[in-house]
Amino acid sequence: MEVENGPGWEIVIGLEIHVELLTRSKVFCSCATGFGGEPNTRVCPVCLGLPGSLPVLNAKALEYAVKTGLALNCEIASFSKFDRKNYFYPDLPKAYQISQYDLPLCRHGYLEIEAGGVRRRIGITRVHLEEETGKSLHAGTSIVDSPFTLLDYNRAGIPLVEIVTEPDIRSPEEARVFLEELKRVVEFAGVSDVKMEEGSLRCDANISVRPRGASRLGTKTEVKNMNSFRAVQRALEYEAARQIATLRAGGRVVQETRHWDDAAGVTRGMRSKEQAQDYRYFPEPDLVPIVLSPEQIEQWRRELPELPAARRERLAREYGLPAYDAAILTASKKLADFFEEAARAFPDPKMVSNWVMGELLRLLKAENKELDQVPLQPSDLVGLLSLVRDGVISGATAKEVFEEMFHTGDPAASIVDRRGLRQISDEGALREIVRRAMAANPDAVQSYRQGKEKALGALVGAVMKETRGKANPQLVNRLLLEALREAKP
Amino acid sequence: MQKLSSEQVAHVARLARLALNETEQERFAVQLGQILAYAEKIRELDLEGVEPTAHVLGLTNVTRRDEVRASLDRDEVLRNGPEVENGYFRVPRVVEEA
Amino acid sequence: MEIHELTLTEVQDLLDRGELSGTDLVEGLYTRIDAVEDKVQAFLELDRERALAEAKEAGKAQIAREADPGPRAGVPVAVKDNVCTMGWKTTCASRILFNFRPPYDATVVARLRQQGHTVLGKTNMDEFAMGSSTEHSAFHPTRNPWDLTRVPGGSSGGSAAAVAAGEALFALGSDTGGSIRLPAAFCGVVGLKPTYGRVSRYGLVAYASSLDQIGPITRTVADCALALGWIAGHDPLDSTSLAAEVPDYRTFLRPEVRGLRIGLPKEYFGEGLDPEVRGAVEKAVQQLEEGGAAVLEVSLPHTEYALAAYYLIAPAEASSNLARYDGVRYGFRGEGSDIVELYSDTRRRGFGDEVKRRIMLGTYALSAGYYDAYYLNALRVRTLIRRDFEAAFQKVDVLACPTSPTVAFRLGERTDDPMQMYLSDIYTVPVNLAGLPALSVPCGLNHEGLPIGLQLIGPPLSEGRLLQVGYAYEERRGPFPRPQL
Repeated sequence: MEVENGPGWEIVIGLEIHVELLTRSKVFCSCATGFGGEPNTRVCPVCLGLPGSLPVLNAKALEYAVKTGLALNCEIASFSKFDRKNYFYPDLPKAYQISQYDLPLCRHGYLEIEAGGVRRRIGITRVHLEEETGKSLHAGTSIVDSPFTLLDYNRAGIPLVEIVTEPDIRSPEEARVFLEELKRVVEFAGVSDVKMEEGSLRCDANISVRPRGASRLGTKTEVKNMNSFRAVQRALEYEAARQIATLRAGGRVVQETRHWDDAAGVTRGMRSKEQAQDYRYFPEPDLVPIVLSPEQIEQWRRELPELPAARRERLAREYGLPAYDAAILTASKKLADFFEEAARAFPDPKMVSNWVMGELLRLLKAENKELDQVPLQPSDLVGLLSLVRDGVISGATAKEVFEEMFHTGDPAASIVDRRGLRQISDEGALREIVRRAMAANPDAVQSYRQGKEKALGALVGAVMKETRGKANPQLVNRLLLEALREAKP
Repeated sequence: MQKLSSEQVAHVARLARLALNETEQERFAVQLGQILAYAEKIRELDLEGVEPTAHVLGLTNVTRRDEVRASLDRDEVLRNGPEVENGYFRVPRVVEEA
Repeated sequence: MEIHELTLTEVQDLLDRGELSGTDLVEGLYTRIDAVEDKVQAFLELDRERALAEAKEAGKAQIAREADPGPRAGVPVAVKDNVCTMGWKTTCASRILFNFRPPYDATVVARLRQQGHTVLGKTNMDEFAMGSSTEHSAFHPTRNPWDLTRVPGGSSGGSAAAVAAGEALFALGSDTGGSIRLPAAFCGVVGLKPTYGRVSRYGLVAYASSLDQIGPITRTVADCALALGWIAGHDPLDSTSLAAEVPDYRTFLRPEVRGLRIGLPKEYFGEGLDPEVRGAVEKAVQQLEEGGAAVLEVSLPHTEYALAAYYLIAPAEASSNLARYDGVRYGFRGEGSDIVELYSDTRRRGFGDEVKRRIMLGTYALSAGYYDAYYLNALRVRTLIRRDFEAAFQKVDVLACPTSPTVAFRLGERTDDPMQMYLSDIYTVPVNLAGLPALSVPCGLNHEGLPIGLQLIGPPLSEGRLLQVGYAYEERRGPFPRPQL
């Protein structure tokens, strides 16, 4: 399908995001959280929904859910409760999910984003705490033709927050930017490690289109099964174009759930007869209400670490960095922490920033790794930059050393020593080499003196050749210029 | 209300995942109608402004510390399973239905 | 004297003096079971060897702790089959759990075991505790030891019948709308429904979570005090469990009621009450009055709405609690080529009629468009009923009334008329809605020789006071006869 939004149409998007919280144990029992592992080995009577078992709320999960709301500028409810959401599905062991219905922990928040140079505030309707389901493995190629399904309940009961936005998002790109910023916020807040590939952040979207200027919203569809931020943008671009094409052709958009097929690049309506779900919510009688005092909420607010927007601003201000650098350095908390630790130990923050944004990100991307998966430490970078600043190695050499440090975590100095990369910065020794280079290249000396400054390059090259690249280039330059001036006939 | 309609009974049975035959449907339509008619009694009361009781003794904020304890042994987990395979529970194909 | 003729209190003395062991008790009770169980059919699972092995094991542990001079234990307890027990099946008298062996002990069972007690067997009940006669067991009905053509009451009919028949000294029951007190009254034994949260629900297979409570069924009030002390107390695994300290309930066993104010709720003595039951209860109250208690009439004006509220709240919670029985992880599994067929077939064949009826009712009460009118309003009625009791307890210390409007009815008499069956619980249900403790004590036999129960109701956590009044009454009443089997 041709993707064409057309200037005459407005796209309206609201997102529903689920984020797994980073607690040690599950939300209503003491089983360990975690990803993968042998099936059905992190389960107990409670998360398996065995007859007679009862839930008890994990205090940390409650704290993290409230902190998520605080990080998203929400009002925190002084009185909140849990409800049962009833539906049958084999990955839901009790056939109900403990969730929150009419009294969620957090409401009325917002998150500011910047997309295409425009700053916008996206409303957060609510944030509530609930439990994760188990995992179904469908045999065969897809859920539709699978002859049977296998069930693993290790994931069942991991704490989740559900974050619902207002229909404030106006483009698929904005949706992606919102998700990226949201990911950073929950990560900076320390409540989740948000690994989309492990499913710890999932997103569904409601999308509709309307002629620009229309006051009524168009009929929306719900798009599911988007497994990356890029997939969200692509799926919504496709779906917006589909809806616009449908309306332009005089058709009408059907309210339905549509699955994104990433390989085919299309959304598809679910074939089942669509019926309004009746979840029969009612207050969970096995749990008691949550009453939060203003003091408790304030304490959690104070404990909240610096969030990405504040940090971006502070990095720019405190280290004199361009806004561009600050934005890139706060792509993740780990990266920002890495930069700051290095920048505090080195007098030239811009130089640190250049190395982090340049070499470090290049290598991480090339090797498809996260910062915490490599042995390199901020102090290693500081060591390396100090060698460059002190003229012990050249910038070019430093890149080589950096690559080795990135893989081994060895200190720069020992790599330099082991590989014999130390620059010759001994003036006396270099002066002698410079003298020999001039004597061996009288033509170049001659040309330079006749005003051809480019001829200096040949002399530098000669010095470098003799020192096998280890001469300190700045020093070589200075000594050559001095020698050329002195020896002027 | 004396009797539920057969559509209502069928709808509720589907929500509850109970397969009922026609005789059962008819019987439940009558019996549920009778019980609901009795329950309608509470409509006589003026309940305006009465707080619903969710928790009878008013407990709040019961939580536990975020500590990991041993999970069940997997053999114990699967022992009661009607059909298991390679450490998983197995069920026939999953179809979407509202 | 035969073991089955002893009370729990007498047995405790013999254990303390080292004149009796846990294995002696198992042997003695199984001898009685061999003699009468064919007639009564109180149990769903009996296993003499397992019970003996448990008693032997507990005895060894006790000897190892000999340095500790505390009271000796070793009582084999009959456990209602909706309380999870390791090593014993837990079926809830339902086909859907016919083979379920829990991988954990309910907190009450764990507590009993820690104190050296053991499991004697698992008792019959109405399927998932839904019923008032134990006829809704998927396996077999239990008979009333006083008249084998009559029901023992329900849903803890197996537990009450076992204690009445001398097959057990102490049985655990559960009470959601009267399921301990009604069978206790019908079988002429003592049954206590504790304050909501006094005894842990962890491991009690849920029927209606906001109403369910485990409690003891014994022959005497003194036995009840002893048994309650063994099982009561805070449990971190149950969020609705109360943190209040557990007193030594035996210290309340004084035959003293002077100055006590007893309220007679007039709504419990109205239409539908069997005159013989009324007579027996009034006589019991008179005996307490003679002992120095002040008796006055009180009103619980919303009583007539309690049963209606109960039959909206309990089925609503049940419809959700019983949704997990889907044939995927445990229990009975039906057939089906896809998951929806499998669910429907499993549940159609796994549940009995009464359970289906309540699941349907509860699903309906929670469904879109009906929630506010039914469920939410029922919770409001619950508030009114709670307030009725609070107001009454401003004036009196305990309430006295019949446990049931009638004596035990005949098997089959009410099975075809659910509404008629539900009316058996009319005097017991309000207590659960208000979360209060209530005790049923035998207070006489009718002209057919069938037992009648006196119900004593108190404010939250007044179990000690109820036991005191019950004990004082029992002292005045004298020994209660035993059924002839």
